[in-house]
Amino acid sequence: MRFLLTTWLIASIATSATAQNSCATGQTLEEGKLTIATGNPAYYPWVMDNAPESAEGFEAAVAYAVAGEMGFSDDQVVWVRSSFDQAIQPGAKDFDFNLQQFSITEERDKIVDFSIPYYSAAMAVLTRQTVVDAGAKPTIDALKGLIWGADANTTAVPMLAEVIAPDRDPLLYGDNADVIEAMKANQITAALFDLPTALYLSAVVLDDGVILGQFPAGRSESPDEFGLLMEEGNPLKACVDAAIERLTAKGALSELEAEWLSEATGVPVIE
Amino acid sequence: MAVFAAIMVLVPLAPGWPAVKKSFFNSEIFVQVFPGLLNAFLLDVAIFAWSAPLIFSLGLLVALARDVRAPAAYPLRLFAILYTDIFRGVPVILVVYLVGFGIPGLGLPRPWNSPYIWGTVALVLTYAAYVAEVFRTGIEGIHQSQRAAALSLGLSNSDTMRFVILPQAIRKVVPANMNLFIALQKDVALLSFIGPVEIFRQAGVYKSLLANFTPYVGAALIFLAITIPATRYADFLLSKQMRARS
Amino acid sequence: MARLETHGLCKSFGENMVCRNINLTVNDGEMVCLIGASGSGKSTLLRCLNLLEPIDDGVILLDGEDISTPGLDPQPIRQRIGIVFQSFNLFPHMTAAKNVMLAPWRIHGRRHVDLQGEIAALFERFGLADRMEHYPDQLSGGQQQRVAIVRALAMRPEIMLFDEITSALDPELVGEVLDVLRQLRAEGMTMILATHEMGFARELADKICFLDAGAIVETGPPERLFSNPTEARTRDFLARVI
Repeated sequence: MRFLLTTWLIASIATSATAQNSCATGQTLEEGKLTIATGNPAYYPWVMDNAPESAEGFEAAVAYAVAGEMGFSDDQVVWVRSSFDQAIQPGAKDFDFNLQQFSITEERDKIVDFSIPYYSAAMAVLTRQTVVDAGAKPTIDALKGLIWGADANTTAVPMLAEVIAPDRDPLLYGDNADVIEAMKANQITAALFDLPTALYLSAVVLDDGVILGQFPAGRSESPDEFGLLMEEGNPLKACVDAAIERLTAKGALSELEAEWLSEATGVPVIE
Repeated sequence: MAVFAAIMVLVPLAPGWPAVKKSFFNSEIFVQVFPGLLNAFLLDVAIFAWSAPLIFSLGLLVALARDVRAPAAYPLRLFAILYTDIFRGVPVILVVYLVGFGIPGLGLPRPWNSPYIWGTVALVLTYAAYVAEVFRTGIEGIHQSQRAAALSLGLSNSDTMRFVILPQAIRKVVPANMNLFIALQKDVALLSFIGPVEIFRQAGVYKSLLANFTPYVGAALIFLAITIPATRYADFLLSKQMRARS
Repeated sequence: MARLETHGLCKSFGENMVCRNINLTVNDGEMVCLIGASGSGKSTLLRCLNLLEPIDDGVILLDGEDISTPGLDPQPIRQRIGIVFQSFNLFPHMTAAKNVMLAPWRIHGRRHVDLQGEIAALFERFGLADRMEHYPDQLSGGQQQRVAIVRALAMRPEIMLFDEITSALDPELVGEVLDVLRQLRAEGMTMILATHEMGFARELADKICFLDAGAIVETGPPERLFSNPTEARTRDFLARVI
């Protein structure tokens, strides 16, 4: 039922947009196609079952919504895959835009272009039941005493230093799986992820995983906002930004967020 | 030399060069990250410094175990052979993961589950297998007549090994061991997979934050500053040895 | 009185029988020379006597005591029977003095300072006084071989074995090493030599053993064996080498 609703929603946006919007004409890699990249593999809840073509999962749905707003029908969307490093390497890109929870930062913006944000991610503290039982509390003071880990490629790293400033240097890992493994080995007692990722990890990957609390977006000086990544100077940016702006204005993004990231509400906020 | 010059001239003429330069050879970023990288490199040096003596000792012990001739010590020899075969055959990174996450995962209490301890164990296990082989060839390379001469004086087997065979064998394999220890200095970076923020992990963090690969270039330069002199020195020792033998 | 005896000593390397039923008696203060072509088993016999090679059959008696029982600790025996090799086999990473002091230090627990005087006297005696601190590769072949002899003597052995100790030397250096042997002979050392120096053997030996294909073919005092050998094989050999 939910999927039907989404499909209808996207379809209606798409049809309404096609007629009036042609800002993308002549600006894409391939005329009449919109090439979108995502991670390999792409994870729940951003892309369901690693199949973005299904439009299921928050980022897959956003991608089709943006495409529709830019005047592309669903079958004009072409998916490719890329790693983080491929996304930022110099030279011509093989995608029009790339979405895989790229946080917009000033420094990154010097090398590549970002759209305006399509999602503001809260950061969440993932820990284990044993740590909570041992008395871990969602207060900054208590958090300082934990042994922290994070994915080295995420903005969780500067956020850790800025907001929590743990007593001991954090340990950093190459991907989520390694962070979880270190947590199982008890080498770290807490890790910082964007909230949807943390929810997924605690529900599916880590047996006794617990979300201790979240830092709402806007808590840090540079909130963790996800943007569509484009090649530096991509002329498509204006068109993409306009599409996201309209989607935000009519509440379509909030609806997608409610549909795919609904579990994110209800996590206690860390004071 | 001509090839090198051609590269120096031609590469900057390529149309994509400004973009590549900005991503890999960005002087602004280089200056910004270099102190942080250097600081992270201290961890590499520390890990190397405490691993190297352990590797040397374990490698030597294993080589000696393989040399024991007493029939009663056959299981020891078999174990030493199995050990060197297995650890030389398995990728270092697998050992780092397996030992670094696996053993603490069995439920060791803190601080005995530290990734520094088990990461070091992984490096030591792997590299000692290589070093043991080097020592073994060194020991076998000492002519039997040296052993006979020592034994004929009434020296025990262990004294013969300790005072006659080993001092010669160890000297003989210094260049080969130097090369292994240079490789070790680079493989120390593999510990970053299990958490420690050493130079390559630090460079990765910078890369991610700045969307730029220059930090890796900085890390590579710091490594080269150590490994090139070390390699040169190993080659020098080797050629000196060749001259002495001829 | 017999210091060292073998009865029916046999030694094979795989299929190859290198010592066949060797019966040898060496009396106190005697000098016995083993002669024979290369590969006749002289070296192997000496290595067996020093227990560097285990024997397959027969016995070796030292002062009437069986030293060839398997499982016997060879160390104390080797301390009583010294051996010097054709190729010197000095330890290249030690000075001449260190080469000589290693065994007394490790085995008798004697410290270098205590040994110094005694060792210096030994070096002096064999004309090596100024060579003590040299490394083997800084010494001539003759000097190296003399250091090797000093090294064996430092353990104060009762019997000395010499395995063709002049064969690897340039001809002009042979004399200085043979002089050392003469000196030892004069001091009454019990010695067994494998040698190609027929003139030397004839001049000094109490007894000559001619070996061929691993067996002792003929034994006798030098004047008889050299001038009037009874065996045809001995005659052939002597005709070829003299």
